[in-house]
Amino acid sequence: MDPKEIEELIAKGIPGAHVEVRDYTGGGDHFEAVVVSETFEGKSLVERHQAVYNALGDAMRARVHALTLKTLTPAQYAKRR
Amino acid sequence: MADVTERIKSAIESNRILIFMKGNRNFPMCGFSAATVEIFDRLGVPYETIDVLADQEVREGIKRYSNWPTIPQVFINGKFIGGCDIVRELYESGELEPMVKAALAEDASRG
Repeated sequence: MDPKEIEELIAKGIPGAHVEVRDYTGGGDHFEAVVVSETFEGKSLVERHQAVYNALGDAMRARVHALTLKTLTPAQYAKRR
Repeated sequence: MADVTERIKSAIESNRILIFMKGNRNFPMCGFSAATVEIFDRLGVPYETIDVLADQEVREGIKRYSNWPTIPQVFINGKFIGGCDIVRELYESGELEPMVKAALAEDASRG
């Protein structure tokens, strides 16, 4: 799977999100994603990750072996840079 | 054999800290499972593990139970805490240790 495809799926499922995905083994099934969204405000980490997994839907179950996730609000993202 | 959801529920309720993982603490079969038990080892707290590779029903059942598509999965005091990334994030921010200690303290006070 192409990292761009994952970015598009997440962005489609969480409108307005800023998404960065990288394939960290080069094998097309281990990815690392940073997702920044206002909708994460006030949500637990579990809820944030679930939102990303839901956006990925079947791709998460069938085609992605591993996805390391970082979910941030815009404020957290700004602080991190 | 009991319904898988019931088996999962009873395992979660009867352990203060329970990790559904691939392999076991001595022989984790996946890097994410290994990283997760390593954090609990570093905290030096008792925990139980369930090897999902040994039970296909539990492997699928736990994903439905917590609405979470990946393994490992960590439960503290019956509550789903998250997978490897969340546990690591909570550990690094210093939130995991008090959460764990509180769960275990409750255990001690019950005798």
